[in-house]
Amino acid sequence: MSTQDVHQQHGATRRPDAVVERVLDEVRRQGGPEAEAVVRTDHHRLALTRFAGSGIHQNTEDDRTTVHLRVALDGGRSASVSTTSTTTTALADLVGAALAAARLSPRDAAWPGLAGPAPAAAGAGPDDATAGAGPAERAALVAAFVEAAGGLETAGYAQTTLLTSAVADTAGLHARAASTGAVVDGIARALPASGLDGNPPDASFRADGVGRAAARSLADLDAAALGARAARRARAQAAPAQPLRRGELPVVLEPSAVLDVVAGLLSSAFSGRGLVEGTSGIRLGEQQLDPALTLLDDPLDPASTALPFDTEGTPASRTELVRDGVPRAVTTDRRTAAALRATRSGLPALPTTAGAHDASDTWGPVAQAPALSPGRGGSVDELVAGLEHGLLVCDLWYTRLAEARRSVWTGLTRNGTFLVRDGEVVGPVGVLRFTQSYLEALAPGAVVVGSQTEALPRALTFGAAGTARVVVPPLRLARWNVTGGAAT
Amino acid sequence: MLSTASPTGSSGSPTATPPATGTPDPPGAVPSAAFDLATAAVEAALAAGARFADARVVDRRHEALTARDGDLRQLSQTTEAGIGVRALVGDGWGFAALADPTGERDARATGERAVAVARASAAVRAPGAPGRRRVELLPVPPQRGGWSSGCARDPFDVPLAEKADLLVGVTQAMRRAGGSAVGVAEALSAAWDTRTAYVSSEGARVGQHVRETGAGMHCLALGEHEVQRRSYPAFRGQYGTRGWELVDELDLPAHADRIAEEAAALLSAPLCPSGETTLLLGGEQMSLQIHESVGHAIELDRILGWEAAYAGTSWLDLSRLGDLRFGSELMNITIDPTIPGALGSFGYDDEGTPAAARDAVRDGVWTGVLSGRDSAALAGYDHAGSVRADGYGRLPMVRMTNVGLEPGPHSLEEIVAATDDGVLMEHNRSWSIDDKRLDFQFGCEIGWEVKAGKRGRMLRNPSYTGTGPVFWNSLDMLAGREPGEWRAWGTPNCGKGQPGQVGHTGHGAAPARFTGVRVGVRG
Repeated sequence: MSTQDVHQQHGATRRPDAVVERVLDEVRRQGGPEAEAVVRTDHHRLALTRFAGSGIHQNTEDDRTTVHLRVALDGGRSASVSTTSTTTTALADLVGAALAAARLSPRDAAWPGLAGPAPAAAGAGPDDATAGAGPAERAALVAAFVEAAGGLETAGYAQTTLLTSAVADTAGLHARAASTGAVVDGIARALPASGLDGNPPDASFRADGVGRAAARSLADLDAAALGARAARRARAQAAPAQPLRRGELPVVLEPSAVLDVVAGLLSSAFSGRGLVEGTSGIRLGEQQLDPALTLLDDPLDPASTALPFDTEGTPASRTELVRDGVPRAVTTDRRTAAALRATRSGLPALPTTAGAHDASDTWGPVAQAPALSPGRGGSVDELVAGLEHGLLVCDLWYTRLAEARRSVWTGLTRNGTFLVRDGEVVGPVGVLRFTQSYLEALAPGAVVVGSQTEALPRALTFGAAGTARVVVPPLRLARWNVTGGAAT
Repeated sequence: MLSTASPTGSSGSPTATPPATGTPDPPGAVPSAAFDLATAAVEAALAAGARFADARVVDRRHEALTARDGDLRQLSQTTEAGIGVRALVGDGWGFAALADPTGERDARATGERAVAVARASAAVRAPGAPGRRRVELLPVPPQRGGWSSGCARDPFDVPLAEKADLLVGVTQAMRRAGGSAVGVAEALSAAWDTRTAYVSSEGARVGQHVRETGAGMHCLALGEHEVQRRSYPAFRGQYGTRGWELVDELDLPAHADRIAEEAAALLSAPLCPSGETTLLLGGEQMSLQIHESVGHAIELDRILGWEAAYAGTSWLDLSRLGDLRFGSELMNITIDPTIPGALGSFGYDDEGTPAAARDAVRDGVWTGVLSGRDSAALAGYDHAGSVRADGYGRLPMVRMTNVGLEPGPHSLEEIVAATDDGVLMEHNRSWSIDDKRLDFQFGCEIGWEVKAGKRGRMLRNPSYTGTGPVFWNSLDMLAGREPGEWRAWGTPNCGKGQPGQVGHTGHGAAPARFTGVRVGVRG
């Protein structure tokens, strides 16, 4: 069954490229030849099955077509509109509303213009089996995760997505592509042996372990392995808690924790908007980070769940954001790319990236398919073996930027935090709060990069594509500032 | 005809009584065709084997404007319409949604798909372990009525030029007043118009029309090593179930110069000291403190473990409901979706339960939770009414409505005068709390030293950290006595659920004082 067949089976009545052409025709009819416009149509099928208490409790499927239109008049009076209706009348109304709003807008001196025609980039494309997956396939993933947890209580979700997108503009851009994604993400929960103070734990407390993975294809997910992994961690976390004092400690971050660090940096320090506005602390071209670190944005990777263009139609490409610890680029949309070109005259040109998404105007551009390259540090166990005294952190939670320029973040550990002595895990230490500059944690000489990467799910943007697949290895860091949750 | 079958076996009688604070829905606000679609979907779900079904046909408009540094950077208008159907088959729930259904055939197909999804849910046992109990719904008499939020000036009728001029003008004013120190000035407005037709297999038929409006502004002062931010009236703006009159009352231009000057001054202000001290919080920061450490903690789905893998659980244990001391005797928290104009107000929640006020904490003792019909029935709780969804395409789930702190007996002036040594913090800059809603850390935009009963010098990078019940038990003074000190703050971006949902919540709050709080946490 083709992706279009899947969409039509679930209510989509018009092909996305037909819709964008219809809208562009309408722009020309109502706005005349001078009106600039970029239009995008997304057919999005999002199916997600949640489980808790080892049973499915929420099970959803949402099929929607959304038409996004941005028009600009007089070289900068612009407006954006969108609708979930694709009838001829609705599309004509959409264009009318956009033009009316644009006419009333003040001229935006920084309007970056349209992408225009560009050679199409070849993305990974969709996986047909994932595109056509139904609730039974998702339930099978859940069942495998639950079964593999060996009787521990479990919770989490299984998700499949299919996105077909077409984008075109009045300058001659035409692009169309589809992508699929699949996710299993869950925890196993064990009864802890004791609380931090040695007393019996509160009845509501559990020791959790996590297993998660993201893939382009459902067939690449091993839900049973993830459930077994979550259960192993939960049982380890349930051992008697170890005392710990606040302060700086070396840490090994498992890939799920590294994911949070990378996502945080991408949304702030490596966002083009941060560099334009002066809130980013990135120093391009300098040895700011450890030489073992190389960070890519690679939507064209054959395993990617991303489209080969962004929401403005800019073709995706493989971009080195960091090479051997030297920041080389930031993620841009058309506006921030233009602003950086204007403010960096005389400096080396930055690569243009396809970082636009539906909330770029508010939050700034974000990478679509980030990947932190593996290093030579070996497995998590081998990284732990190199720790004399420190922590093994499995996951991070509720991390928020506390200080932009230094990229100081605060957050908590979750789903397993362990004390390490002489290269061995001694026992769990409960939930810890940290307040840490990510840039300083990754400074030269402070990092050992693990050899094995994992592909993990993360919502990096606010568009229809939603969950991204982020590839990260584990890291060992020389310093991590524990500021709470431990004995003083 | 709709079945009146109820999974509880006691569906009660339809009632035409609107909620106490509601305004009867004006004819035509929710078209009859929307009810026809919802009815068709529910009938199809029942025919396909559901023992309960409900459907919402939602038509939502949204407009957002953002001005930055003297330019209008974003003018966005969206319309989103569709149908979302819940079906309960055996003990399995299913939900299916479709954008822009073109007729009853689409609606019926969506209802049938919800049933197919529900059947798959039964493949893995129902939640509630160790109970594995049958899914039941708390009996709620099926409602037949309507409700509209108050709106003196429809935000969608306000000329775009007026909105743009206001926002562009205040960004220019902030840049002027802040001089070279202020590198970014931004202002925004947002409005939503949501019309919902709700129909259930128990016979409910409810129309609702809610308009929400908000605005705010902030600026960034860029120093050599730091960035400082000041906002008005709140760090992401102020919002309510009101019209553009809310924005008029905010009077953004009157505050542009002040926040720009404060942002610039913060660059050279001394650091907030580190250590334990007496903490005074402004009302806006109090609203987020309530949201994060009380509102989410009392969500029954979290307490039952339904959100364990993502949003998290709660430190609260249902067996202690009614006797657990959450805070000091000044702490009185209500769940009240009937507050006129507050952002979390409605006439009916998204499973048709009429709005009603409840206590969550009374005199410091935990007494209530936010719940839905299935979670309440599972927990043996006696009311629902806090189930909401982000548009047609998302599953209704337990959400905050207005969760707020009742006004206290003091004034802010009195609190400052009674403080020998402390720090006053205002306007949130960052927030983080653990998955059990116990351990929090907040950063604020601005602080002031309080010495010998007087507000002293400005402090930069103020932050504080604590543990929920310890912190709330240290609440020893609470403002609200003077006019304007207590306010229903709106939070327009409460995230929860998978797929992700953005909720709109309200929080009544006033300045307050806490003792023995750790401040000045550094990274």
